[in-house]
Amino acid sequence: MTAAPLVAGGRPPARRGWRERDKYWGMAFVAPQALGMLLFTLLPFAAAFLLAFTDWNGFGMPEFIGFDNFADQLTSPLLGRAILNTMVIALVTVPIGLFLAIVAAVVLNKIRGRAFYLVLFFAPVVTSSVAIALIWQQLLRADGVLSGSLTRLFGIAPIDWLGDPILALLAVCLVTIWASLGLNVVIFMAGLQSISPSVMEAAAIDGAGPVARFFRIILPLLSPIVFYQSVVAFISSLQTFDLVFVLVNNAGPDNGTRTIVYHIYDLGFAKSQFGLSSAASIVLLGLTLVITAIQFGAQKKFVHYES
Amino acid sequence: MTVLTTTRPRSRGSWLKHPLVLAAALLMVAPFLWMLLTSFKGLPQLLTDPLSILPQPWVFTNWADAWNALPFGRAYANSIYITVLVVAGTLLTTSMAAYGFARIPFKGSTVLFWVFLAMQMVPKQVTLVPFYFLMAKIGWVDSHLALIIPAIMVNPFGVFLARQFIASVPVELEEAAMIDGASRWRIYWTIILPAIRPGLGALGIIVALDAWNNFLLPLVLLNSTDLFTVPLLLSQFQGQFGGMNYGIVMAATALSTVPMLIAFVIGQRQIIESLATSGLGGR
Repeated sequence: MTAAPLVAGGRPPARRGWRERDKYWGMAFVAPQALGMLLFTLLPFAAAFLLAFTDWNGFGMPEFIGFDNFADQLTSPLLGRAILNTMVIALVTVPIGLFLAIVAAVVLNKIRGRAFYLVLFFAPVVTSSVAIALIWQQLLRADGVLSGSLTRLFGIAPIDWLGDPILALLAVCLVTIWASLGLNVVIFMAGLQSISPSVMEAAAIDGAGPVARFFRIILPLLSPIVFYQSVVAFISSLQTFDLVFVLVNNAGPDNGTRTIVYHIYDLGFAKSQFGLSSAASIVLLGLTLVITAIQFGAQKKFVHYES
Repeated sequence: MTVLTTTRPRSRGSWLKHPLVLAAALLMVAPFLWMLLTSFKGLPQLLTDPLSILPQPWVFTNWADAWNALPFGRAYANSIYITVLVVAGTLLTTSMAAYGFARIPFKGSTVLFWVFLAMQMVPKQVTLVPFYFLMAKIGWVDSHLALIIPAIMVNPFGVFLARQFIASVPVELEEAAMIDGASRWRIYWTIILPAIRPGLGALGIIVALDAWNNFLLPLVLLNSTDLFTVPLLLSQFQGQFGGMNYGIVMAATALSTVPMLIAFVIGQRQIIESLATSGLGGR
């Protein structure tokens, strides 16, 4: 071992066996996380696949039943409803939420006192979803302030937002957008900082108005971040649970806000059908992977990377 | 990256935007203001005049009633110590693993790192059921250990982020120490850790927020009210007052959010920067 290649780890001192011992250091440093990954993620992950092929109520031995759980779940109107609801939440909240965030970021980026405004926009981000759900539950009551204000302003009959399946789903979307807006705003603001002012000035001199600058310059230059955030936001809305669990009281009226994760929770921890629950969770995994793949496919077409 | 300071605000035209921005910002905090006002309203007012903005009369007993209705102090103590342990432990294990992956070559290191990246894509809920039974097997159901140990030992995102930070530490610093005969542990502890302290601060804030606000795992794993974390305890208020006396429910919500909001305002700069950094994957 005279001419050991230079690696990122630095030049090995001339002592013999140093590199031999060094690799054990590497393993030791990685060990706690690697062990945790094996024990608390990979093992349950493998078990989820196995359980999905069994009938098990949590006691005794799981009974192998082949693809029955998948046949059951893939034809289950409840899971169908859950997937539909979850997709509606994702398809409503991601585009609207990101668009509002970009607009807010552009406006806040060059305003006096933006630190103050940012704190106000960001407050929901640090608040637990349970607190958010309880606050909005009061606001959205039939005798609550939202419905009452609409009655006073437009004379509409009081609306029980959380009592109607479609309105409750809309309410979940509204609260999700409100709760995540601040985070997206600061991420886009960080992105805006990387656009050089000279580009904007050049465009302004060429006669591009604010709207043209927004769509022709800001949006294309932000597109890698918009793409990344849309993937993150989409995947996190596929995992919606806390809000529907507390805000709309479980699955809401007529399962109107039943989401996929609520469905997994319900089958497993409320109904003790752990095989079915695992099968549903495999469906969630599949959906996540398919949607991520689609988004990465779309990336080539719409995302502008500076060379 | 500094979200809050770099470009100087331009004054031209911004006075026009101010009223609009102020209105939008007020809309963002209105739910919190409504929570605070409602927490001082009495049952008679809530029943007869739910739309009035100000409490009439001001009822100051709701907060005490909420505090005494369920073991709030206990929940705060639980959440604080769980969060502190999870943050400290996670920063240690993720920075260690990141150092191992970034700077010490060993067989299988690359493959292992790919496993970490891949598993980061898997939603946690996919493994919820088997994870619960694993905890049951170890005897950690209805124990805080189930919320602490796995959180400390599994955080692929943290490893990924810390690795980005370590990549920017010059290798020459390490080489000098190696020539002086310092061990890998000594290099990690005295050179790497101090060099990535700001990054770890950001990661710590993200981990703390996640640990504090975690709901699904405590909901599934904890049974005894005495062990509940703040969000889980707060969720119990939902059914408690039958949706009638929500002045108390809002007081409970305020009890759980106001300390966090005050902490946020104090550390706003670091917190906002941290989340912006992590949102961009540490770029």
